[in-house]
Amino acid sequence: MKYLDEFRDPELAKGLLAEIERTVTQPWVIMEICGGQTHAIMRYGIDQLLPPEITLVHGPGCPVCVTPLETIDRALAVAAREDVIFTSFGDMLRVPGSRDDLFRVKSRGGDVRMVYSPLEAVKMARENPDREVVFLAVGFETTAPGNAMAVKQAAAEGLTNFSEIVSHVLVPPAMEAILSSPQNLVQGFLAAGHVCTIMGWDEYEPIAARYRVPIVPTGFEPVDILEGILKTVQLLESDQPGVENQYLRVVREEGNPVARAVVEEIYEVCDRKWRGIGMIPGSGLKVRDELAAFDAEKKFQVEGIVTEEPEICIAGEILQGLKKPNECPAYGKECTPTTPLGATMVSSEGACAAYHKYSRKGLS
Amino acid sequence: MIDRPDFDRMSCPLPLMDHDTIQLAHGAGGLLSADLIDKLIMPRFASPELDKLEDQAVLDLPPGRVAFSTDTFVVSPVFFPGGDIGDLAINGTVNDVAMSGAEVIALSVGFVLEEGLPLADFHRILCSMENAAKKAGVRIVTGDTKVVGRGSCDGIFINTSGVGVIPEGVSLSAASLEPGDAVILSGTLADHGMAVMTVREGLSFQSTVTSDTAALNGLTRAILAAGPGTRTMRDPTRGGCATSLNEFAKASGIGIKLDESAIAVKPDVAGACEILGIDPMYVANEGKLIAVVPAAEAEAVLEAMRNHEHGSEAAVIGKVVADHPGLVAMKTGLGAERIVDMPVGEQLPRIC
Repeated sequence: MKYLDEFRDPELAKGLLAEIERTVTQPWVIMEICGGQTHAIMRYGIDQLLPPEITLVHGPGCPVCVTPLETIDRALAVAAREDVIFTSFGDMLRVPGSRDDLFRVKSRGGDVRMVYSPLEAVKMARENPDREVVFLAVGFETTAPGNAMAVKQAAAEGLTNFSEIVSHVLVPPAMEAILSSPQNLVQGFLAAGHVCTIMGWDEYEPIAARYRVPIVPTGFEPVDILEGILKTVQLLESDQPGVENQYLRVVREEGNPVARAVVEEIYEVCDRKWRGIGMIPGSGLKVRDELAAFDAEKKFQVEGIVTEEPEICIAGEILQGLKKPNECPAYGKECTPTTPLGATMVSSEGACAAYHKYSRKGLS
Repeated sequence: MIDRPDFDRMSCPLPLMDHDTIQLAHGAGGLLSADLIDKLIMPRFASPELDKLEDQAVLDLPPGRVAFSTDTFVVSPVFFPGGDIGDLAINGTVNDVAMSGAEVIALSVGFVLEEGLPLADFHRILCSMENAAKKAGVRIVTGDTKVVGRGSCDGIFINTSGVGVIPEGVSLSAASLEPGDAVILSGTLADHGMAVMTVREGLSFQSTVTSDTAALNGLTRAILAAGPGTRTMRDPTRGGCATSLNEFAKASGIGIKLDESAIAVKPDVAGACEILGIDPMYVANEGKLIAVVPAAEAEAVLEAMRNHEHGSEAAVIGKVVADHPGLVAMKTGLGAERIVDMPVGEQLPRIC
């Protein structure tokens, strides 16, 4: 298939691997930001093929993983209401809150529906004027424009029965949180290609300069990832921190200005708690105050719900690249994809789930 | 030689009925029930056993061990690109029986109909069941119809059970795999599951993906003729190819090593999988099978499969190994190796 096969080409991959081996002279720790990249690395076995000098650590870029428990519990509370049609992307349905997940709410009679586009939820609101339709708007900058567009559309149509639980998170503040930690190990980043498709890379220039790290917006296919690693290693070896774009076929320096404008119009930056990491200032998006009628947490008054995580889980350290999943004592034992204890095992894109699914690393 | 009739083009007009939707009385055993059975169901399912309208079918079976299977079909939506719940219900049970190596002989059909189901829809489903049974060469010999109130089921549920007789000398088992055996897949993966997913509420998008629903009893017959040492066969429906292979590995206490580049997925199906973030290895198929055969018989079986309409794209996708017992591994396109695990549950479309 065009745009896929050529980026999965074994010969191109071999050439890039050879070039990485020729370039690297010392150990480097590189973090891939996005869970989609982690998934591809494990699925294609890229980590097995890299020279031993390169250590890949897995970043916080799995929106399902980092959605805080509070948000899940608030969503569950709203979804259980009789007057609500609760809509969500597919992979949020199985994410456990403190006691339940959306599937279980559905089994008890909650009207929970999976949608592929938030505009489907707006359509449901239009077709069901006597019901409240709520959409669980999670994700990074990538999904924010579509989710913002849903509010804009609902407002334009005068729909008063559509609202969102918004738990959007932003990548650059998370990168700064990782880099400014005294325990930080990360020396270079593969930035999340699709986030950069929306946002461009101007936000990354000051981070690269301040922390003297290379940041390479990178795609999701094996050849993309290997080329991203090669560029990062070249910048590291030549001591030239800065931003260099690998994902040329999709990412422009300015991103997508139309999409950015919609996000700006509907949402505003806020402090956000990340599951497994904690509060990161200025790292989230919420519905603008003047559009509060579309903010489901306000509409249904569930802002008060607060929760705690299981203590044994080291998801926070994994999401910051300090530890690998197989270094956790609970990995593959108390914590498996069917009994996830924390953020990184709950989603198929979480680092712990990817390790468990594709390699059983560290398990006999 | 008489040409085989083209069942797909046969017309199937809806008989004149007093109602245009299913009523509770259609299941109450009175006149309306008789009307439904006589006018709608019997003309489609005629067989010597069914025509007697007894409470049971009495079958004269040839000698041999009897294979028996049952399955219930609740697919939503009931009509999807490439098929409907009717042909799925026939083909699914025919395949479950045929995977034992049996000659499939007879089916039962049980309907649960929701009050309000359009008779035209029911009739369309009956017609596709008739065509599917004729194509598979099996008789429908007994049946039952129940009607439930509106909201108690999703339009129509169908249960089918099937019996077949296993020829002398055939003894297949998922626990009989030996290192060195070849793993053969009859065609492309994920057609059915993606066809249904693309028309689901909330996910619908335009595509050319169609279900692969088909009866495979002709193909199993061809495989056994060419490969009398065949170890096992399975149709990878729910849970997909990955689940069936993991079941083999566990049952036989062996490992399976797959070659990713040998596994075929149609471009439109691959595109739909990419868009939704779904791995075709875990998606349901309804017209494909996996056969594990001794290495010495692999070539002959492959050729026989490729000469059959439902196996023209058959390929050896891997082999049985003594390493990593109980696990399925795959050589990735880049030459690395990864595990192909059991799925946790239904695959869900990813956020991004």
